Amino acid sequence: MRRYSVFAIAREAMRAHKGWEAQWTSPEPQSSYDVIIVGAGGHGLGAAYYLAKEHGITNVAVIEKGWLGGGNTGRNTTIIRSNYLYEESMDIYEHSLKLWEGLSQELNYNVMYSPRGVMMLSHNTHDMQSFKRHINANTLYGIDNEWLTPEQAKAYVPVLDISKTARYPINGAALQRRGGTARHDAVAWGYARAASDRGVHIIQNCEVTGIRRGPNGEVQGVETTRGFIGAKKVGVSAAGHSSVVMEMAGVRVPLHSNPLQALVSEPLKPIFPCVVMSNTVHAYISQSDKGELVIGAGTDQYNSYSQTGGLQIITHTLDAICELFPIFRRVKMMRQWGGITDNTPDRSPIQGVTPVPGLFVNCGWGTGGFKATPGSANLFAHLIARGEPHRLAAGLTLDRFRTGRLIDEAAAAAVAH
Amino acid sequence: MLLIHCPYCEEDRSELEFRWAGEAHIARPENIAAISDEEFAEYFFLRNNEKGLTYERWRHIHGCGRFFNAARDTVSDKFLATYKAGMPKQPVPQTGASEKTVETYEATEGDAR
Repeated sequence: MRRYSVFAIAREAMRAHKGWEAQWTSPEPQSSYDVIIVGAGGHGLGAAYYLAKEHGITNVAVIEKGWLGGGNTGRNTTIIRSNYLYEESMDIYEHSLKLWEGLSQELNYNVMYSPRGVMMLSHNTHDMQSFKRHINANTLYGIDNEWLTPEQAKAYVPVLDISKTARYPINGAALQRRGGTARHDAVAWGYARAASDRGVHIIQNCEVTGIRRGPNGEVQGVETTRGFIGAKKVGVSAAGHSSVVMEMAGVRVPLHSNPLQALVSEPLKPIFPCVVMSNTVHAYISQSDKGELVIGAGTDQYNSYSQTGGLQIITHTLDAICELFPIFRRVKMMRQWGGITDNTPDRSPIQGVTPVPGLFVNCGWGTGGFKATPGSANLFAHLIARGEPHRLAAGLTLDRFRTGRLIDEAAAAAVAH
Repeated sequence: MLLIHCPYCEEDRSELEFRWAGEAHIARPENIAAISDEEFAEYFFLRNNEKGLTYERWRHIHGCGRFFNAARDTVSDKFLATYKAGMPKQPVPQTGASEKTVETYEATEGDAR
């Protein structure tokens, strides 16, 4: 792999850019691998990368039914933060945030991580109490999160309407300054390039249609649209399709797949300095480096794999955006899309072993999986390599739904869907 | 937005009047204190989450207020049948629903017309 640098750009400029090499290879599948990962999104590709880099397991295939990074990795609103309430959540999201901070250098790929701050608006007494509880929990755990008065919030985001007569009055905000955004596609591409360089096979347009098991129930490999591929260890990282893939091995998981929509506006000059979220009126918004306002809507209430979603969901969000930021009322929206999120009953992810020997699962990231990409991938690689979870992911087991040891972020006033 | 036929009101009404209420035909164990943790997890948390035909409950919360059951295709989001609560699972005609997830809105536009 030729490294990207200012010298590489200068060299290529001298020879009409004919020397750039493909970022990853697309080999034919081998008959077997040491590890197969199902799903070439950020989580799956990242896990393959860390398997090769940190655990010396390079005979790995990442199998993808569509194209690399074409699922939720390419459909989210790219928000990164770690100010969750419970220790299990803070552990994994903070681990992830620390990896984000050095990810571009590590991968030699500009993932455009931008710690521009994530601000959560408080509209009422309940919000204020809940956010201050979060801030206290975060502070005690060494994670930055601070309380702002409405005037301080306005100073940080000048286009915010904090007037007393506003439709949704604001009585303060919580700000995590290290939170921010990153370029979602670049994360998948960067991991794919780095993994491919270390010998990982990335096999696109190859759908897993079955999971073959041996006489003792152990995993032997996966049936795919391109034939059987053997492996003693299979890691499923299939986001909204996790239920479908796990069902192939006879494992039921407590997931609901729901469409979640996002939309972007026409490009504007830089006007919006950070990410602003409002749980109460359900809106979140940031501005991409291209200039588009990136807006996230809510989930539809029913299970679906349609990757579309109802129009009333996005109009509801835009209603709130226009009230919070009156300056955006005449901005035109350009594109809208949906992704299928996999939601658990406690709205916390599942990463761990399964009742099937050799089968590992990483799912349930729901509406907030992008921010966790490096951390989740890193710990999923540890799980697959060692056969047991890393200390930081020890609470995320599938078994918690039997023991009742839930991680109830759903009732903890994170941005709810 | 979905258009949903309420089997009690016998009318097609907008999705805004309805609340989705989870998988249908799940029977609560008669003596819930006696079942094992595995059985409780199965009853309480584990769901089919099918890609394709699914049976689910809806409530006409801003209408008659009643719960009913529906058969729906989770790929096309089309309702195949709705029927009153308490009735057994209704067989639905094989629709030959598309096996692939619809990747873009444009792909479904023809159906909408």
